[in-house]
Amino acid sequence: MSAAPTSTTAALPTSEQHGIKAHSDGRFGFVPVQTRNDRFKSVDVADFAPVTGREAVWKLSPVAKFTDLTAGELDGAPYDVASTPTDGVAIDWVGRDDARIGSVGAPEERAAANAWTSFEKALVITITGEEDKEITVTRAQLGTGPRGAHAIIEARPFSRATIILENTGDARITENLEIIVGESAHLTVVSLQEWNTGAVHLANHFASVGRDAYLKHVVVSLGGSIVRVNPSVRLAGPGSDTDLFGLYFADAGQHLEQQVYVHHDAANSRSRVTYKGALQGTGARTVWIGDVLIGRNAPGTDSYEQNRNLVLTEGTRADSIPNLEIETGDIKGAGHASATGRFDDEQLFYLQSRGITEDEARRLVVRGFLSEIVQHIGSKPLEDRLQAAIEAELRSTDEVRAPAPTEEN
Amino acid sequence: MSVLEIKDLHVSVETDQGTKQILKGVNLTINEGEIHAIMGPNGSGKSTLAYTIAGHPKYHADSGSILLDGEEVLTMTVDQRARAGLFLAMQYPVEIPGVTVTNFLRTAKTAIDGEAPAIRSWIKDVRQSMTNLRMDKSFAERNVNEGFSGGEKKRNEILQLELLKPKFAILDETDSGLDVDALKIVSEGVNRAKANTGLGILLITHYTRILRYIEPDFVHVFVNGRIAEQGGPELADRLEDEGYDRFLVDSNVG
Ligand SMILES: Nc1ncnc2c1ncn2[C@@H]1O[C@H](COP(=O)(O)OP(=O)(O)OP(=O)(O)O)[C@@H](O)[C@H]1O
Ligand SMILES: [Mg+2]
Repeated sequence: MSAAPTSTTAALPTSEQHGIKAHSDGRFGFVPVQTRNDRFKSVDVADFAPVTGREAVWKLSPVAKFTDLTAGELDGAPYDVASTPTDGVAIDWVGRDDARIGSVGAPEERAAANAWTSFEKALVITITGEEDKEITVTRAQLGTGPRGAHAIIEARPFSRATIILENTGDARITENLEIIVGESAHLTVVSLQEWNTGAVHLANHFASVGRDAYLKHVVVSLGGSIVRVNPSVRLAGPGSDTDLFGLYFADAGQHLEQQVYVHHDAANSRSRVTYKGALQGTGARTVWIGDVLIGRNAPGTDSYEQNRNLVLTEGTRADSIPNLEIETGDIKGAGHASATGRFDDEQLFYLQSRGITEDEARRLVVRGFLSEIVQHIGSKPLEDRLQAAIEAELRSTDEVRAPAPTEEN
Repeated sequence: MSVLEIKDLHVSVETDQGTKQILKGVNLTINEGEIHAIMGPNGSGKSTLAYTIAGHPKYHADSGSILLDGEEVLTMTVDQRARAGLFLAMQYPVEIPGVTVTNFLRTAKTAIDGEAPAIRSWIKDVRQSMTNLRMDKSFAERNVNEGFSGGEKKRNEILQLELLKPKFAILDETDSGLDVDALKIVSEGVNRAKANTGLGILLITHYTRILRYIEPDFVHVFVNGRIAEQGGPELADRLEDEGYDRFLVDSNVG
């Protein structure tokens, strides 16, 4: 968003990996203490110390508000999911001994490990067949008790599909999702958070993208009290390709977080990370951490990540921390951008000078800002639905900015 | 018949060094159908006058008034002024990421008219105006001014002028940055708008060359925050020959 005044002031300066500035040429003489890939991992919750909030993965999260998920007992039983039967998409619950479980990733923090230790069965979505198909899998009745869950999406070689994971209703859940993208498969996964007010959702998505395969991963977080969806994608096969999109709109008191990690682990892999968020209302809080690791065995990598935040009112905070580690000199390109800007008054003036009211001008600009993400989702019905959801968020902005007069009777 | 009256207008801006007075008593009356050219050196306050009429929040009117058909404009919001019939073609049009020209034009037209335009004739009007201004069809789906060249931005301003049909238009250096062909195209656009709606025009420019295509009824020389001299089209020719030196000598003292 070139026209808005931009700065990265919202980023916390404390991160060890911060301060990497000379990134676009892919050379910098800065060796992180620990590379992103060497973090401790375990599927057993007992291997993690109780969460204090000082840990690198937790330091920007309100950990005191979900100790039940990091330290308590979780209900790991299967839950209701709704979907329309679709050719080439099978949905099953499988036991903990299923070979696919653990084949892609493992927890790096205690909430994820707690989920892993607790789940009784894993939800598996298996995709076959080369024709394009789209399916929406809805969870709406998770309730308010703390839960742990595990799911797997497996796109078999050469298969193609769009999977929309729709989350509504109440929830207190920590979960892991493993995404297996087989050779030459073409998979879109959209995780849509439209939870009720008060919901807490901690998710880790682990994806592995095979040779010449493509994963589009989209995180849309609009509703819920605390929503933290952390996608990790390993570009595992030569020629693998991923687009990671994120769209979030934080209202007063909402905490929306995403820690994105892309690991280039094979030759000629490509990644693009684009996250955009809007913040409005006192205590609206967003966190974006974008880690990219270009490994030794990933020559010819082409990578770019960016995060943009648009601040609509006072009293909000957006943390935006991009991070790039490069272990090979032989890359095609790597870069990052991060900007958090206030609403641009010159844009407002221009639109108003054409007769458009201030409220409508704001709506137009925010809609425009976020539509870059919406337009890339690739499912027309979902795009229309998201535009409508953004409209609804914007109407509540007007209420924040100009509270309706209270009537006396 | 509409009339725009500017009376003893004093305007200042807040700068880091404190309040700075820019306009120091501007008087000007424009009737519907008239073309007034304002010419003056850099920094004399021409854009300040334009922005003040449009209501840019940076410019503070300390005294005086701007009346549109007897109604005080200075107390109106920016969008109210536009809906009342004022239009500013900006010297530096603003980029609006994510908002397409099509969407923007329709939203603006709806706001100005108070109702959505009839879809078929509107699409036809937009196409026709774009063709007249030699704007490629693809501009309709591009984001407003984003990545437009200087000349394309100016055409986009005139496109809006043609479609929004104001009573009075202020054109702030619409000619600057245009090559001769583009200058002709843009001037034709302005003349067409005037022929169609009979609007009044305040044409701000540095140079006389645009006056070959848009013929002014009156020329005002703007120096140091006020009108230093006015006359007919012949005054422009004199400025072309003599420059602004004659006026600057006085104003530079002190
Ligand atoms: N926002 C502002 N902050 C500080 N100074 C300003 C501001 N706007 C205008 N000025 C000053 O006021 C004076 C008049 O500026 P203005 O832009 O109106 O001149 P102009 O006649 O349009 O010049 P040009 O021919 O270069 O477009 C200049 O000295 C300028 O620096
Ligand atoms: Mg100017």
